[in-house]
Amino acid sequence: MVMSETVDTPAAESPTADSPLANQAQKSLENENIETGEPKMRARDVDVYYGNKQAIDGVDIDVYTEFVTAFIGPSGCGKSTFLRALNRMNDTIPSARVTGKIELDGEDIYASGMDVVQLRARVGMVFQKPNPFPKSIYDNIAYGPKIHGLADSKSDIDEVVERSLRRAGLWEEVKDRLTDSGTALSGGQQQRLCIARAIAVDPEVILMDEPCSALDPIATAKIEELIDELRGRYGIVIVTHSMQQAARVSQRTAFFHLGNLVEYGHTSDIFTNPAEKRTQDYITGRYG
Amino acid sequence: MSASTLILLVLGLGLAGWLVARSRAAMFRRESKDHRIASLPVYHGWYAALWIVVPTVLFALIWAPISEQLIIQHVLASPAAADLPAFGMQRENLLSEARNVATGAASGVFNPQAAALVEPFEEAIFRYRIVGFVVTLLVAAAGAAFAFLRLKPDFRARTRVERAVLTTLLIASLVAILTTLGILVSLVFETVRFFSMVSPLDFLFGTNWSPDPMSSATNPDASRYGAIPLFWGTLFIGAVIAMIVAIPLGLMSAIYLNQYAAPRVRTWIKPMLEILAGVPTVVYGYFAALTIAPAIRDLALSLGVSNPSSESALAAGLVMGVMIIPFVSSMADDSIAAVPQAMKDGSLAMGATQNETIKRVLVPAALPGIVAGIMLAISRAIGETMIVVMAASFAANLSANPLEAMTTVTVQIVALLTGEGSFDHPATLAAFALGFVLFMVTLVLNIIALRVVKRFREAYE
Repeated sequence: MVMSETVDTPAAESPTADSPLANQAQKSLENENIETGEPKMRARDVDVYYGNKQAIDGVDIDVYTEFVTAFIGPSGCGKSTFLRALNRMNDTIPSARVTGKIELDGEDIYASGMDVVQLRARVGMVFQKPNPFPKSIYDNIAYGPKIHGLADSKSDIDEVVERSLRRAGLWEEVKDRLTDSGTALSGGQQQRLCIARAIAVDPEVILMDEPCSALDPIATAKIEELIDELRGRYGIVIVTHSMQQAARVSQRTAFFHLGNLVEYGHTSDIFTNPAEKRTQDYITGRYG
Repeated sequence: MSASTLILLVLGLGLAGWLVARSRAAMFRRESKDHRIASLPVYHGWYAALWIVVPTVLFALIWAPISEQLIIQHVLASPAAADLPAFGMQRENLLSEARNVATGAASGVFNPQAAALVEPFEEAIFRYRIVGFVVTLLVAAAGAAFAFLRLKPDFRARTRVERAVLTTLLIASLVAILTTLGILVSLVFETVRFFSMVSPLDFLFGTNWSPDPMSSATNPDASRYGAIPLFWGTLFIGAVIAMIVAIPLGLMSAIYLNQYAAPRVRTWIKPMLEILAGVPTVVYGYFAALTIAPAIRDLALSLGVSNPSSESALAAGLVMGVMIIPFVSSMADDSIAAVPQAMKDGSLAMGATQNETIKRVLVPAALPGIVAGIMLAISRAIGETMIVVMAASFAANLSANPLEAMTTVTVQIVALLTGEGSFDHPATLAAFALGFVLFMVTLVLNIIALRVVKRFREAYE
């Protein structure tokens, strides 16, 4: 694994510098020199196994609240598996096993004393396919705050619902029909509802597993805009198949291949000046 | 020339037609330029065979009753029949006796008068058999001719055979529907007869049930046909007591099996639970009557209830509830399993516990399927007979005390139809009215359940 934290190779020598991808990555460069504090999540030497099969091999990654982190890589490279390790959603798969260390604010999330339920409230997740509950829009949002006791009175819950929907950019579209079923919304609206639902429990990190793969380009653009607005308030990790998307929304990019983290660094570096041949081959479309 | 040889003959002709048509089509195929004809030879074979077999079978079905009439007419026209009594039982007896001797079913006549009729019978039976045989062959030949005239290289036998298969399948499914309709019609017919003797209002809203099969059939006492105690008993045992047992146990076992049980445990417990559904209801009946009912009586005694009944609604209801646990649990299991995993993941990823996820997401999402399962279970429970016959009683009590003996609609139907009463008596006909009400109630429950299930399916597919 190569950490290309500093830009010391001249960008002009990169064969990919003129590609449209590189241009998009350049645009997000201006956001990259933000001061960072301690990483929100820190993964060290993480292996994930499904039964005897190793899906992730020795991954080290830091996730910052100030940045959007994108995981890219060909199908089956383990990026979703690793994402699910960050809030222990792999626990729901009986054969899955995680070794190594993943910390949230310095606390080992796989320690025996860790409350998984609390962890998932702090590290929320948005899935590939929008999965609103078959309840009203209001109840979809109110679900989390209610089970965690974050809001007790009706007016408190109303407030959380409105705030979450506003942050997810959905309030104006649904404020007159909060009692309609969440499943009656369009795909893009459903996905923003799921983001609002995750926001409602006030998480510290939001994991997004290919959140736009089931959406049309307009809905995708809205979600990407939303991700950018949420940055800084929540640590965001997004798994994506689309390199353009990674270039547009993220400031840090991690390239996974065959269960290994090949390269992790500034998004602009990954797309304009990758340190590894495999990364360059992937982003120029030679495989994947 | 018996019926079985005729069937074999027709099938043999069909086979011959099949072989000939197939080889002829195969010949066409060989002769054609690119070895292609519109349908494969085997379809031509089936087409010919169908045209031979189907018309002859139809003819045989029509001919059987017609030839019967023709034989009787022939016998009655003979001079020996002139001495027969004009009508009544004796005339019928003589005719059937003579027929039995003629067909060889009986060795000799008991009544000398019948002896004279044997010969005309033999003659008529022989004659109409020959006629039937010849016409059958003619029909088969006509069918074969029709099929073979069409046998050409460009004839699309394939689509015709397809259509024949479709028709067969349609008829197969119609049989079940027509049977249901037939049951309904016969029930309605008898029910109307009953309601012409006892007013529907007295029947549906009266509270005293004590039909007397020995009373006058022409002037029944309508006040003895109040079915409310029966409806109450049925609902109380089947829809209340049994459901109090079956719904929680069925639902909880479904949730355990679906969400918590390890795969190994599940492969053992689920089939065992389903065995419950396969136990004959009579077995449940004597379990209720011999084990549960006395236990309940002893318990009631020890709790200070004076003189509890040894047959109780509680015993029947409890055992019935156990019997329908598999219905509730397998429907609930299926509908919980049909809730997408994404829904469950969504809830878990919010930091909900598994229990919260089940209670607030899975069960509400699966609710329509669960409700449908419960409705089917209720309709099964209120139609159940044997357990109640053995464990409850025949006494029609209108009471909310589960320790009392009660009776249900189905038990009374059994009681009324196995009694001594004649089929003209309202006490017997009341059974049909009860059956009709039961049929309607279960029909409505089933329709509602199916609709609910359909709505549920649409939501997730």
